[in-house]
Amino acid sequence: MPSLPVIEPDQIRHARSAPDGGAFDAPVPGEHEAARTDYLCRLGDDALILGQRLSEWCGHAPALEVDLSLANLALDLIGQATNFLSEAGDADRLAFHRDVLDFRNCWLVEQPNGDFARTMARQWLFSTWQHMLYGALTASGDAAVAGIAAKAVKEVAYHRELAAEWVVRLGDGTEESARRMADALEWCWRFVPELFEVDALLEAMIERGIAADPRLFEEAYRAEIARVLGEAKLAVPADQRPILGGRRGHHGEHLGHLLAVMQHIPRSFPDATW
Amino acid sequence: MSAAPLRGQDWPLWEVFVRSKGGLNHRHVGSVHAPDSELALRHARDTYTRRMEGVSLWVVPSAVIVASDPADSGPMFEPAGDKIYRHPTFYDIPDVVKHI
Repeated sequence: MPSLPVIEPDQIRHARSAPDGGAFDAPVPGEHEAARTDYLCRLGDDALILGQRLSEWCGHAPALEVDLSLANLALDLIGQATNFLSEAGDADRLAFHRDVLDFRNCWLVEQPNGDFARTMARQWLFSTWQHMLYGALTASGDAAVAGIAAKAVKEVAYHRELAAEWVVRLGDGTEESARRMADALEWCWRFVPELFEVDALLEAMIERGIAADPRLFEEAYRAEIARVLGEAKLAVPADQRPILGGRRGHHGEHLGHLLAVMQHIPRSFPDATW
Repeated sequence: MSAAPLRGQDWPLWEVFVRSKGGLNHRHVGSVHAPDSELALRHARDTYTRRMEGVSLWVVPSAVIVASDPADSGPMFEPAGDKIYRHPTFYDIPDVVKHI
C-alpha cells in the first residue's frame, strides 16, 4: 500500500513565504515553474522507471532476439527520460538522488516484470497511451516539450506495435499463453485509470497549453484496446477499483526496490564517472 | 505467416537482407529466429538495423532457400575457370565512362 508523503521543512518554509502564509491553494512565487518541473518529472519518470524495468530482462529474455527488442525499448525510454529530466533540472541528480516519494511516475510502469506476458501486457497498455500522449504533446505550447515529444513519438509507435503483436500472439496462441496473457491484463488493468486522471496540477498545465489532456483520447484508447484484444481473442478485463496517486508520490513497495538497484552505484560513489 | 505452431522447439530461422540505402541491393546480413514472418521482420529490425544500417528489410524462411551442394562444386563452378572470354575485358572503355 502507498505510504503518505512526508512534508519537508523546506516545503513548510516555501508555503510560509506566500503572501497569505500558505493558506490552501494560495499562489506562491515560482509556482508556475514548479508545476512545469513537476509535469516534466511525470513524463520523465514514466519513461525512466519503465526503461529500468525493461532492462532487468537483459540476458534473461525468452530468446536472444527478444532480449535485443526489450533492450532497444529500454534504451529508447531512457533516452526520453534523459530529455525530459534535463529540461526539469539536472537529469542525473533527479534520476539517482531522489527518494521514492519524490518520483512522479504512474503505478503501471513500476509494476514488476512478472512473466513475459505480464511485461508485454504492461508495455502494450502503457505504450498505446504514451503514443497518443506524445502525439498530442507535439502541439504543446512549450517548445521543449513539443520537441522531445516529436522525436519520441516515432520510437513509441514502434513500441506500441511490437507489444500489440505479442499480445495478439500470446492471446491467440496456446492455451497456456492465452491464460498467461489474460492473467497479465487482469493484473495491469487497475493501473490504467491513473493514466487518464487529471489532478489540479495537470489541469493547470493543460490550461496553460503545456500539458496534453488525456481525457481527449481516452475513448480512442479504449477502442484501440478493444480492437487488439478482439484480434487476440481475449476479453477486455472488467473494471476494477483504480489505484491512483503515483503522480503525487504515492507508490507501491516495488518502486523502492527498483530504485535501490538503479541508484546504489551513484549514491555509493557520488563522484564516479564512466 | 507460414510457420506452423511449435511445441518444445526453437522458432524457425529466417535469413535477413538489408538495403543500406535507396538504389543499392539488399544484402544478406545474417539470420534471426522468429515464430512468424511479421515478428521475423521486427527481430531483424531490432537485431540488424539498430545503428541506422538500413532503409529496407527482407526476411526469407531459411528452409525455402535451395543451396548448391559443396560436394558438387567441381562440376558446378570449375568449368567457368578457364573461360576468360566471358569477361568483358577485351573492349577499350572510353575514359569518360566512369561506372561500368
